[in-house]
Amino acid sequence: MRGAKSAKWVAGAIVVALAATACGGNDDGGDKPKASGKPAGYVSIDVGEPQKALIPADTNESLGSYVIQSLFTQLLDFDADGNIVYTNAESIETKDSKTWTVKLKKGWKFHDGTPVTSQSYIDAWNWSANIDNKMQNAFWFEDIKGYEDVHPEGEGAKAKAKEMSGLKAVDDTTFTIELDKSVPYFEYKLGYATWAPLPKAFFDDPKAFGQKPIGNGPYSFEKWTHKKLIQVKANEDYTGPNKAKNKGVQFKNYATVEAAYQDVLSGNLDMIRQVGPKDLPKYKSDLGDGAVEQEYAAVQSIVPAFYTKQWKDVDPKVMQGLSMAIDRETITKTVLNNTRKPAKSFTPPQVKGNQDLDTEVFDYNPDEAKKLIKEGGGVPDNKIFIQYNTDGGHKEWVTAVCESIRNATGVECLGDAKPDFATDLEARDNDEVKSFYRGGWVADYPLNVNFMRELYGTTAEANNGRFSDKEVDELFKKGDNAKTLEESIKLYQEAEKVLVEKMPAIPLWTYQINGGHGKDVDNVKVDFHGDFEVTEVTVK
Amino acid sequence: MPDKTADMEKKTEEKAVMPSSTEVPLTLDAGPAPGKPRSLWSDAWHDLRRSPLFVVSALMILFLIVMAIWPGLFTGASPRDSDLKNHFLQHPNWTHFFQADWFGYDLQGRSIYARVVHGARASIAVGVVVTLAVTIIGTIVGMVAGYFGGWVDSLLSRLTDVFFGVPFIVGAMVILTTFEERAVWVVILALAFLGWTQIARVARGAVITIKQSDYVVAARALGASTSRIMFKHILPNAMAPIIVVATIALGGYIGAEATLSYLGIGLAEPTVSWGIDVASGKDQLRNAPFVLMIPSVMVAITVLSFLMFGDAVRNALDPKMR
Amino acid sequence: MGRYVARRLLQMIPVFIGSTLLIFLMMFALPGDPVRALAGEQAVDQAQIAALKAELGLDRPILVQYVSYIGNVFQGDFGTQIASQRPISEVILDAYPVTIQLALFAFTFIVVAGILLGVIAGLKPNSIRDRGLLGLTLLLIAVPSFVTGYTAQFVFSFKMGLVPPNVGLEPSWNEMLMPAMVLASLSLAYVARLTRTSIAENLRADYMRTATAKGLPRRRIVGIHLMRNSLIPVVTFLGTDIGSLMGGAIVTEGIFNIKGVGGLIYEALGRREGATVVGVVTIIVIVYLLASLIVDLLYAVLDPRIRYA
Repeated sequence: MRGAKSAKWVAGAIVVALAATACGGNDDGGDKPKASGKPAGYVSIDVGEPQKALIPADTNESLGSYVIQSLFTQLLDFDADGNIVYTNAESIETKDSKTWTVKLKKGWKFHDGTPVTSQSYIDAWNWSANIDNKMQNAFWFEDIKGYEDVHPEGEGAKAKAKEMSGLKAVDDTTFTIELDKSVPYFEYKLGYATWAPLPKAFFDDPKAFGQKPIGNGPYSFEKWTHKKLIQVKANEDYTGPNKAKNKGVQFKNYATVEAAYQDVLSGNLDMIRQVGPKDLPKYKSDLGDGAVEQEYAAVQSIVPAFYTKQWKDVDPKVMQGLSMAIDRETITKTVLNNTRKPAKSFTPPQVKGNQDLDTEVFDYNPDEAKKLIKEGGGVPDNKIFIQYNTDGGHKEWVTAVCESIRNATGVECLGDAKPDFATDLEARDNDEVKSFYRGGWVADYPLNVNFMRELYGTTAEANNGRFSDKEVDELFKKGDNAKTLEESIKLYQEAEKVLVEKMPAIPLWTYQINGGHGKDVDNVKVDFHGDFEVTEVTVK
Repeated sequence: MPDKTADMEKKTEEKAVMPSSTEVPLTLDAGPAPGKPRSLWSDAWHDLRRSPLFVVSALMILFLIVMAIWPGLFTGASPRDSDLKNHFLQHPNWTHFFQADWFGYDLQGRSIYARVVHGARASIAVGVVVTLAVTIIGTIVGMVAGYFGGWVDSLLSRLTDVFFGVPFIVGAMVILTTFEERAVWVVILALAFLGWTQIARVARGAVITIKQSDYVVAARALGASTSRIMFKHILPNAMAPIIVVATIALGGYIGAEATLSYLGIGLAEPTVSWGIDVASGKDQLRNAPFVLMIPSVMVAITVLSFLMFGDAVRNALDPKMR
Repeated sequence: MGRYVARRLLQMIPVFIGSTLLIFLMMFALPGDPVRALAGEQAVDQAQIAALKAELGLDRPILVQYVSYIGNVFQGDFGTQIASQRPISEVILDAYPVTIQLALFAFTFIVVAGILLGVIAGLKPNSIRDRGLLGLTLLLIAVPSFVTGYTAQFVFSFKMGLVPPNVGLEPSWNEMLMPAMVLASLSLAYVARLTRTSIAENLRADYMRTATAKGLPRRRIVGIHLMRNSLIPVVTFLGTDIGSLMGGAIVTEGIFNIKGVGGLIYEALGRREGATVVGVVTIIVIVYLLASLIVDLLYAVLDPRIRYA
């Protein structure tokens, strides 16, 4: 096996070297045609190389998600307003928010022709949740009864069972999900791509599947030229509501957003997800009608590390004061080029349960800021840091926020630059943040719950600031135990009002997409978490 | 001043010849001719004073060094104070010499003129300190290898090859990522760690040539100690090619700092440096190109000054020219 | 000759091991955990991370990892990427063609334009054209490559529309022209200066006088005698330069959207794909070592006085 591989490698290297030499020698004049090579009716978008193989439960970054979303259809999806739209599910019902009955639409098929059945879902979820399979998104299944058997806690843990007892097929198109306890918003979680069904072919060879996935979605897989291009073809037999309105999609990899943008201008690329800072000031005049500007459900904040000496026993008034020292209005308009909207609460306006908090804590007011900080006993050391990663375009706003705080209150504020995201995360995981870190959260599902429970609950995994408050935990728990979704959202709204008094983080602004498309395509829309609805795009 | 902008590169590039020269009976005829050090240096000084290249570059370097040490002499404006409301990307007023708005304001509403003046310190410090460090390390390694020869030489030469084999920018990127702190000294450390090989090779080559010269042989025959031979006879004579390579490399290190900062892994704020400003300026290329261009021009001018200076020194020290 | 080559090849082994070990150790010292980084801001399961690391062999002592790594490399197995699970040899092979293409293009440019400019300047030392060319080369050396790159892109693509600003998925030669010139500019300046110096110096050499005295035609003197002797330092430089060009150009590749080795290293470093970085560097080191061997052998061709025993 190894020997074969090495022989192939050497042969490959020789071929490459020869090809390159040949070109270098005498091919200078040979003008190849412009290498877009896009079949008629296809649309193209700048989506780079996914980090991992294309398996729904192992994909959590935006590039891979784009491709997964086009190949797979889960039980349900959300419209632009965050309302549930059933896709593969006919209905999902529950009486007690604990046992959920799913009915599938009949006649659905995977791209290889095999039917999508209850078992396709149950097998997929059982496999994905299994700790031995090391799927990134396994924790998404933790609400299901029997999860701790397939995914036990602790070091070196091995799965004790292959199946979660909570999943039961009733017939080919009906199955039930029993949860550990009632979760009123469980249905919303099902919209995440991790919950996609998998065909039989997957279980035979997951590794090969990841390179050549077979889904049940609006597009079927065509080819993947690594680091360059992924191409998918419209699925003619697809019967879901999001049937493709184009013939196929090319996901093209660009080294920089600037390069992608230039390709949109020159017609080599149809859609760009986000215009880079260099072109932002001019993109509306460049693209005209093609400019796409839309807010979506994501919040950026600066989060105090409550385990530090500085913030251990901080009076929330100090946080409120710091919050009021940040001129969100001016910073979003200047440094951020209108790519963000000032935050007015802990949740973005696009999620259910977002509310007007009736507070001045998020308004810029230097005098009030100074007063509050003084009342709260001042900032220990009179100096704060904001930790950020330099590879993510955060430097500019961190500097601006710091300067705003420094100018308004006299508190020294400095950026704490980490060279990349990996280093930034390690410092957060190991409780090594000096003062504040930059936090960003994009909605997994369009409910206010997602922006509080996952971030500020004492045991929440993404609570890297280690905020812990009994009253808040209690309120979250009450929301989780609510009988209906509406009640749950309401209870979380109550909790958010308390958060303003406790200030587990300082929300800064919500996100906005500033993308665009070229002249060849139309109907480019954005979904609730900021992705283009690729299926809706039409070719002119 | 005939024919003096000559072969600086030849010596610079001896680095590439040296690893092989253990076997190759080839000595590029660039080694300094043995002579009394005093006369070499005073002759050089005599030449330098009359070289316009030297005078111009030396004045420019002096100017930059004064700027690095006392930025307050050039501007009262702070490089940090920002005013987003009034000065966001305000364009330059080219006639407002030495005023805060001379070169306009950057994305944070900070005076670009003030930042350029204050940024000199980091760039010059990186250039000078790295050059000093690599000169010291490289000279020691090169002298020991060249003087003792044999297995010591083999060992040190292979070690030099090892460091030379690591691609410079990639190596520096890895080292800089290792240190989470992005201060000037970290950049200096990274560049010095990888940069000494060039000097080591030049020093080794020079020492091997000098070692065979009559006066060293004579000194040894008279029973002079190793350290005396090394420091009294060899070092002063080997200094000329080393100084030449070092001065030219200095410009290169300033450029390297800017490149690393441009890639986002060099210095980081709150340090003020041209490289950092170039890196953030590239995002403003379309609507405010001056934010990128002004610090870039400063880097280029500084590197050019040191290159010209090195060129002039090389001309003066090149024994074959006299 | 054969014995010399064999000895040189033997000597490469410790250098090769040293360089790769150095970069291996440096990668190991990096903060940030590649497996953890995959999860991003979302929840992490420590047991799962540990299991993944064990599978990748990342939990073993560093020297054991290194030995097994080098052992595998000699069998053509560069390991597997942590995130994509693709064989690293395949990832490198994907990135190399375009880098080689760019490097050879730039190299051609360096050799042709550099030597030409050097000869033009060197044949008339201290003339105006000599001084002018020297000044130009100093400027090329002084301006950082990202400035050259952005300026070229801005002027030649956006303002004048002469060449495409970016390189597409299948690079064509007109797309590669500008990146290659930008990449070549620095070395071109060095080669020009080196050639110029060498020519100017050799013009005054004894053998030139002898040749002229023998009544040889000037074209033959310049073309054969002068060039052959003057090119020795230039070849030395070119030898190391081709090695560094093959190592990918992080800045140039980034500006012109070229998905080559430079971009691969940059990305792999950010994601802590240590094996990928080490793999690329291993190849760069091999290329560099071979290039310096070839340079030494070329000496014998250029300078008959040198004989390898």
